[in-house]
Amino acid sequence: MTPLDSDIAHLLAGSMVLVSFLLLYQDRMFALLNFFAVHACVLAFSVGWQAYLQRAPHLFITALIALLFKGVIIPVALHRIVVRLGIHRTIEAVVSTGPTMLIGIGLVALSIVVMLPVTQTEGAFVREDLAFALSVVLLGFLMMITRRNAVSQVIGFMSLENGLVLAASGARGMPLVVEISVGFSILIAFLVVGIFLFRIRERFDTVDLQALDMSRGESSGEAA
Amino acid sequence: MRSGWPTQLAQVILVLALAPLLTGVTRKVRARLLRRRGASVLQPYRDLLKLIRKEVVVAENASWLFRAAPYVIFATTWVAAALVPTFATGLPLGAAADLIVIVALLGTARFMLALAGLDVGTSFGGIGSSREMMFATLAEPAMLMAVFTLSLFAGSTELSSISAFMLGPRAGLSISLALALVALIIVAIGENARIPVDNPATHLELTMVHEAMILEYSGRHLAVIEAAAFVKLLLYLSLIACVFVPWGTAVAGAGLFRYALGLGLYVGKLALLGFLLSVFETAIAKMRVFRVPDFLGVALMLGLLGTMLLFVSRAPH
Amino acid sequence: MKPRDLRFYHAMYQFLMFAMNLALVANNIGLMWVAIELATLTTVVMVGIYRTNAALEAAWKYFILGSVGIALALFGTILVYLAAEERLGQGITAMAWDHLVPRSGSFDPALLNLSFVFLLLGYGTKVGLAPVHAWLPDAHAEGPTPISAVLSGLLLNVALFALLRFKLIMAGNARVLSPGPMMVTMGLVSLVFAGFMIFRRRDIKRMFAYSSIEHMGIITLAFGLGGPLASFAGLLHMTMHSLTKSAIFFGVGYVSQLEGTQRIEDIRGLTQSQPLLGWLLVIAVAAIAGLPPFGIFTSEFLLVTSTFARLPWLAVLLGLGLIIAFSALALRLHGLAFGETGKRHALSPWRLAPMVVHLALVATAGIYLPGTVITWFRNVARLLG
Repeated sequence: MTPLDSDIAHLLAGSMVLVSFLLLYQDRMFALLNFFAVHACVLAFSVGWQAYLQRAPHLFITALIALLFKGVIIPVALHRIVVRLGIHRTIEAVVSTGPTMLIGIGLVALSIVVMLPVTQTEGAFVREDLAFALSVVLLGFLMMITRRNAVSQVIGFMSLENGLVLAASGARGMPLVVEISVGFSILIAFLVVGIFLFRIRERFDTVDLQALDMSRGESSGEAA
Repeated sequence: MRSGWPTQLAQVILVLALAPLLTGVTRKVRARLLRRRGASVLQPYRDLLKLIRKEVVVAENASWLFRAAPYVIFATTWVAAALVPTFATGLPLGAAADLIVIVALLGTARFMLALAGLDVGTSFGGIGSSREMMFATLAEPAMLMAVFTLSLFAGSTELSSISAFMLGPRAGLSISLALALVALIIVAIGENARIPVDNPATHLELTMVHEAMILEYSGRHLAVIEAAAFVKLLLYLSLIACVFVPWGTAVAGAGLFRYALGLGLYVGKLALLGFLLSVFETAIAKMRVFRVPDFLGVALMLGLLGTMLLFVSRAPH
Repeated sequence: MKPRDLRFYHAMYQFLMFAMNLALVANNIGLMWVAIELATLTTVVMVGIYRTNAALEAAWKYFILGSVGIALALFGTILVYLAAEERLGQGITAMAWDHLVPRSGSFDPALLNLSFVFLLLGYGTKVGLAPVHAWLPDAHAEGPTPISAVLSGLLLNVALFALLRFKLIMAGNARVLSPGPMMVTMGLVSLVFAGFMIFRRRDIKRMFAYSSIEHMGIITLAFGLGGPLASFAGLLHMTMHSLTKSAIFFGVGYVSQLEGTQRIEDIRGLTQSQPLLGWLLVIAVAAIAGLPPFGIFTSEFLLVTSTFARLPWLAVLLGLGLIIAFSALALRLHGLAFGETGKRHALSPWRLAPMVVHLALVATAGIYLPGTVITWFRNVARLLG
């Protein structure tokens, strides 16, 4: 592997972290969906590059799944759902953008601090890839926590899964079973979520989880 | 042309001479993209000449500061622009062409501008100054973080060295550089009052920032401030060109042909960057003033992230 | 529910059984992860099947928290693979249990430590350990009662099983941090927290959901403590809790159907209105609260004595948690089972047969454990270390 090869892999993995931050920054639904598509495309390129570097053709399948399924189909479908439900207004966040970004920076620092010493025996390449992947995962968490809206939580979850795929592709020679399973689980997850969104719409005219909290069965007695 | 001083002098004059043209070109491109014919690319020169010939009207309660500020702003900006290597590196003032010096010079200019905006005591000037300072609290650290990233990467804060390092074999691709570039672009857009942050083409809007501060200026004072704004745009574009696309820059002691080539390429780079800026400005809508800190905050964050990731990517292989 | 929904429900139920069995028999950490994720997704669908506001909220919460847990678990799994890949080479062998466990001694300890943190948080979410338990009470209370029984009796244990298998890897490596203290802390927090929460519940299924958290806490604590006796107690407790809790949810399902409510204050005098069901429920709650002669008493007794011998201060906390949970359950049970009520419910005694069988097993185990079972448990306990 030449330095340029690893530089490119590095650049792609780092771009995923960057796009994760851009996802956190978005406050409009359609922009969020577009950036998610970008996120998935960067993932596809990153995994594809890994496939080339590791001479692992099965990773190309993962890359293709990421590109077609997460880069095209899911954003388009979510776009339609958003239009049909009429929820393309501003996304409400629990924490405003500035602090969210700062927390995000903290999470990236955390993942670097955690991963770098632990993976000393691994090659520098795997180490960096894992640090980036953990950052993407944690930023996905952050997005799920700080957004009230169900669609953006799903986007957060999928960006988190992208981080997992990044980690799995960086692990040398990890068997195909995991990649397929991840793609498959995302499919199922999406189906479940789609069904839920529709049902939620039928019931409450909103997918804002704050509104759902009001309908909790035991609101007076529940302290947890 | 062997000695550095004539080159340095040429550069000092070049940045001043090219700056209005650059602004003219961006305006022209923008107009064409909006399907207007637009003014000639030479219009900024004509504007400057017209303003210089006009009588200066100064508010009654303006102090000496109001009169001195335009010249200070212009001088600091011009010096800063002249320090950035444009078509050649290894100039006599190269040792002073330090990124931190440039940031400091621009900070001085901004400080004077904000003071001048406050000096007359009109409400618009006050609004403009306060907003400018609010943005500055984010834009300047963001710029510095980008600078840190670059200098950690190249091992120097001196622009010539950074430029040389980028040309060298050890540079390679790095996510930190990409982040620094994006941060620098955002800062450049914010500092030059370009579209998502401020609209350079309007007056008397409640959202204006830069124009609000210079509302009381007229005649040659206004001409000097306008010229400083032109030079500042050129400075940022040169900076980006010098660090991120350094190819073709003549090194010290090169032949005349290399200098000519460097000059041609430099003008080409400026034109390209100016074109991209216009396209970006046309494609995007201006954001509300209260969103701007978020936008600049992103630049700060990216700079920080770039510095941080540098420790990942430069870990011992 | 419409017939179509019922068909869907039963199909999903079979899927769930398949997924849980797959998770138990899989010889591959990746496949096990897939199976547990599949089990989670099927239960999400079933929890939301009534489509009431509360059921949808519960399902959504379960889905989000479950996915977060499963994501953490996958990251941990990848780290385990990386640790194994150095020694076992690339490919499927570095994910197979029968290669991982014997050779874990040579793996990079730092990677294993980090992976176990992720796995504990990830699979711990599925187990329902505090502080990542928030989905569990809602999912139990709002889903169909059989699902509550399956969740408490089986799925939580499957997730704990996954965690224990990874603990085997940790146990084989002398240079790693001991996973014990982490598991003990999470278990103890779950136990005490759930004990206090049982006091304030107004919904009968939610109350027993918190009781599940409490018992999962006890089991995790037992395994975290380690040693032959504590691990033995953990295994026994796992079995006994599954039997008892499924019997309880079985009874609770009938109670809520007959009474038409899940609110504790609206249900009174069950021993009068439906004596057999009422008394069976009393017996089941007595069993789950840890009264002799039931099996749960045996396992709790073993655990407390072995803790007293090794860590007296921990035993004090453990005993305190057990007493809190016991008194909370006794308090609630009193209102449910006794008191005057004018209602009379008809219910064929045969329909309560499964509950009787479960409770009989638990009672028998409390008095006499067959030698084979003891040998099994001993062997497993020795492996767990």
